[in-house]
Amino acid sequence: MSEDLSGLDTFPKLLLHHAKVRAERPAIREKDLGIWQTWSWRRFADEVRSLACGLAAQDFKRGDHLAIVGDNRPRVYAAMCAAQCLGGIPVPLYQDAIAAEIAFPIQNAGITHALAEDQEQVDKLLEILPQCPTLAHIYYDEPRGLRHYSQPQLMSCDKLLEIGADSQRRVPAFLEAEIAKGAGSDTAAMFFTSGTTGVAKGVVLTHHSLIDRAQAAAEMEGLNDTDVVLAYLPPAWVGQNIFSYAQPFVTGYCVCCPESAETVMMDMRDIGPTYYFAPPRVFEALLTQVSIRMEDASALKRSLYRYFMEVARKVGGDILDGKPVGALDRVLYRLGDAIIYGPLRNVLGMSRVRVAYTAGEAIGPDLFRFYRSLGINLKQLYGSTETSVFVCVQPNGQVKADTVGPAVKGVELSFTPQRELLIRSPGLFKEYYKNPQATAASKDAQGWFHTGDAGYVDADGHLKIIDRVKDVGKLADGSLFAPKYLENKLKFFPFIKEAVAFGHGRDRVCAFVNMDMEAVGNWAEKRGMPYSGYVDLASRDEVYDLMRECIEKVNADLATEPEIAASQIHRFLILHKQLEADDGELTRTSKVRRLHVGEKYASLVDAMYAGRPVVHVEAQVRYEDGRTGSISADLKIRDAKTYAPAAAKKAA
Amino acid sequence: MKERAERVGEVILALDGVSLAFGGVKALSDVSFDVREHEVRAIIGPNGAGKSSMLNVINGVYHPQQGTIRYLGREYHDMDPHEVAVSGISRTFQNLALFKGMSVLDNIMSGRNLKMQSNILLQALRIGPALREEMEHRAVVERIIDFLEIQAYRKTQVGRLPYGLQKRVDLARALAMEPRILLLDEPMAGMNMEEKQDMCRFILDVNDQFGTTIVLIEHDMGVVMDISDRVVVLDYGKKIGDGTPDVVRANQAVIDAYLGVSH
Repeated sequence: MSEDLSGLDTFPKLLLHHAKVRAERPAIREKDLGIWQTWSWRRFADEVRSLACGLAAQDFKRGDHLAIVGDNRPRVYAAMCAAQCLGGIPVPLYQDAIAAEIAFPIQNAGITHALAEDQEQVDKLLEILPQCPTLAHIYYDEPRGLRHYSQPQLMSCDKLLEIGADSQRRVPAFLEAEIAKGAGSDTAAMFFTSGTTGVAKGVVLTHHSLIDRAQAAAEMEGLNDTDVVLAYLPPAWVGQNIFSYAQPFVTGYCVCCPESAETVMMDMRDIGPTYYFAPPRVFEALLTQVSIRMEDASALKRSLYRYFMEVARKVGGDILDGKPVGALDRVLYRLGDAIIYGPLRNVLGMSRVRVAYTAGEAIGPDLFRFYRSLGINLKQLYGSTETSVFVCVQPNGQVKADTVGPAVKGVELSFTPQRELLIRSPGLFKEYYKNPQATAASKDAQGWFHTGDAGYVDADGHLKIIDRVKDVGKLADGSLFAPKYLENKLKFFPFIKEAVAFGHGRDRVCAFVNMDMEAVGNWAEKRGMPYSGYVDLASRDEVYDLMRECIEKVNADLATEPEIAASQIHRFLILHKQLEADDGELTRTSKVRRLHVGEKYASLVDAMYAGRPVVHVEAQVRYEDGRTGSISADLKIRDAKTYAPAAAKKAA
Repeated sequence: MKERAERVGEVILALDGVSLAFGGVKALSDVSFDVREHEVRAIIGPNGAGKSSMLNVINGVYHPQQGTIRYLGREYHDMDPHEVAVSGISRTFQNLALFKGMSVLDNIMSGRNLKMQSNILLQALRIGPALREEMEHRAVVERIIDFLEIQAYRKTQVGRLPYGLQKRVDLARALAMEPRILLLDEPMAGMNMEEKQDMCRFILDVNDQFGTTIVLIEHDMGVVMDISDRVVVLDYGKKIGDGTPDVVRANQAVIDAYLGVSH
C-alpha cells in the first residue's frame, strides 16, 4: 500500500485522514449480544471527537495522563485517541492487575482522569482512591451494576459523549485546532512494564516512534486496509497496542474485539483474521487441543492425520518458503491440504492468516514447524516496550526456527564485549517516566538502548537471542556459556521437563535433567517397563539412555553453531525429584533458580566434575502441607557424546 | 441493603391458610404469608419441612385442599402450571429440568415459547412473521446470555456443561419468560463457594435491574440471610417464623428447628 501519509505525524491526524479517505470502511468491530457490530472509520472518528470534547469540557488538558483500564473494546481505543487529540497521554493499564498494582502508575503520573471498562475496574479504582488523591474523574463504559454508585468522581461514557457533543456544537473549530497543535515528537502513550524485576517503570513513547515502527513493519509485510486483526491480548501490553491501534492507524485495517475472554477461539473462527499474534504458550495450547481431539477421532481419521502430517513435516515448510520441492510431494501436499491442513486451519481460525507472529520467549522448533508445515506463515519477531516492538522480524522465505530474523528497516544492532545486544532505532522510547536514573542506565549518550539480552548475529544476518546478559557466563577457556539457551533446547524435548546447566568458570558443561513424569511414564508403559515411582523410574538405565539421546541431539545441534559449540554437555544426571517452587528451586513463574539449585546440590555438581560414576544424595523435601521429609538415592552420572564443531564459518 | 431501582411495593402474592395433604401426610398445614412486589423472599426450613411443596402450590403443580392464593389481587384455584406461567410466574428446578441434548441457546429460547405468536407451520418454515418474531425473541435471549455471562457456551450442548453452569442456564430459561415473579428452587444446591457467590450476584442483579420479585428456597442459611429481604421458616409443614433475616435469626423456634432441641 503506498498511501501518502506524509505530514500525518500524530495518531489523531491519521484518524482524520482515514475518516476522509475510507470513511465507510470498517475500523473496529465488536461482538455484542451475539452479533458483530461494526464502526466505520467515520463513526470511530465521530466517537473520538465527542469523547475528546467531553474530556476537554471536564478539564483534561495538554500533557495530562488518561489512565485506561479495560479489555479490548472500541471505546477503549477511542478513548486513547481522544486523549491524544487533546495532547494528552493515554496510559493503558492491565485489566487483570489487582487494585494495588494500578495505584503505582496513577500516583507516579499524578493521573487525574481515568476510563474504566466496567464495574470490576471501577471498583478497583475506587478502592485506591485514598492513596490516589489526584484521581478526580472516573468514566465507565459498561454501566451494568453501577447504577447505585454515588461517588462524585464517577460518570458514564455516554454522559461524557453527550457533554462532548454539546460542546462541539458550541465551538466546532476547537478540536481541529487542538489536533493541529500536536506534533510527532509529542508523547503518544505510556506503558508500564511489568515489575518482575523491581518497581514498574513507565515507558514513554512518542507518536513518531510508534508510527515509524508500525509503518516499517506494515510495509515489510504488505499490510493494507483489507487486513483483519483479532485484539485479544491486554491493551496495556505494547504489542497489542501496536497491532490494534498503531498499525490500523497507519494502514487502515480493521480490528475486531472478541465478545469475552472465553469466546476468543470462537470469535477467531467467526472473523478469520489475516494478521495474528500469539505468544508461544498459546500456540502450544492449541496444538495440545488438536492432538487430544485427534486421539479421540476414528481410526481412519487418525491414520490420515498421521500420514499427512508426516508429509507436511517433510515438505510443508519448504513449500511455504518457496523452496524447490519434488512434484510427487507437491501433489501429496495439495491432497493433504484439501483433507487435513485446510480443515485444521479452519478449526484454528487461521484459514485466512497471511502473517502470524510469535514472540516473548523461545518457541520450540517442533511447535514452530508444525504451524508452518500447515501453511500458516508463522514468524518470530523480537522487540520490547522500549523499542516500540519491531526490532527484528523474519522476512517471508527466510524463516529459521532458532533466530528472530534480521533487523527491520531503520534499526541498528550492536553488541557490547559481554555480548549484550544494543539497539538504535527510530522506535526507541523517550525515557522512563520520572526516572532519569533508570533512563540513563539503559539508554546511553549515543542513543543505544541496552536490552539486557545476550545474543549474536549469525552468518545470514539473523539475530539470535541466547539468554539474559546477567546469566551468560564463560567457560574456563573463555568461550561463551549461555545456560538458558541450552536448557531451552533440552526442554523442547517432551521427555525433559526441566534442565539446569552448569559451566561458568569450569572447563566443560554438565547438566541436571528433570524428566517429565507424564511423558516418560507413558513411554515406559508402552514398552512394558514396570516401575514403582518417580525415583525408581528416574534411575533406570533405559531412561538414562533416553535422556542421553536427547542431550546428544542437542550437542550435535550446538556443534553446528560455532559461537556456542564449546557449550556441549559432557556429563549429566537425572535428578531424583522434580524441581519445585515450594522447595525454592523454581520461581513462582516456573523459572529455574540456577544459582540456588547449584548451591543446594553442590555435592552433585562436584561429583559430575570429579568424574564419579555415581553419587549418593539425601535431600530434604517439603510436602504441600508443610511437613518435611527426606529422600535418599544413588544417582548415576553418565557421559554424553560430544561433537567436533562444524568447520567454523565465523559469524559476524 | 443497597438501594434498588424499584422500592419494595405492594403485596402481589398472598397465601392464606394454605393446607396440603397427600393422603394422611400433611405437607403443609395452615400456612399464610405474602410476597411484596420487587422483594427477595426466602422460604427456608429443614429437610421435609414443606418448602418444595410450597413452591409447587404457588406454581400450580399441587392444588391445596384448604386456603386461598391471591395473585395480583385475584384469587386463584386450580390453575395449572401453564396458566400460572402465562400469568407471569416462572421457576427453576432443584434437580434441573433442561433439555440435555439441546444447545444452551435452544434451551433458553424454549423459555420464550409462551410468547410466540405465529403458528407452528410458519415457525417450522421460518418465513414471514415467524422469522421476524424469532429474531425479536433471539434478541431478548441474547440480552439474558450477556446478563448471565454465558456467551462462551451459546452453542454448547447443555449436558456437557458443568453443574454450576447448567444451573445458570436453568435460570436463564426462567428469565426468558420475562416473569413478574421468579421462583427459585434451591438455586445454590450442589455448588462450590465461587459458584454460589456468582449465583447470589445474578439473583440480586435480576432483582435490581429487572425489578423481578424473587421467591427462593434455600438450604444455605448464610446465603439466605445475606440476600433476602424477608424470610419465611417452615418446619413439619407449619410456619414457625416470618420476618427480616435479623428477626428470624433471633427467633427461638427457628433456632430449635435448625439446631434441634431436647424434648
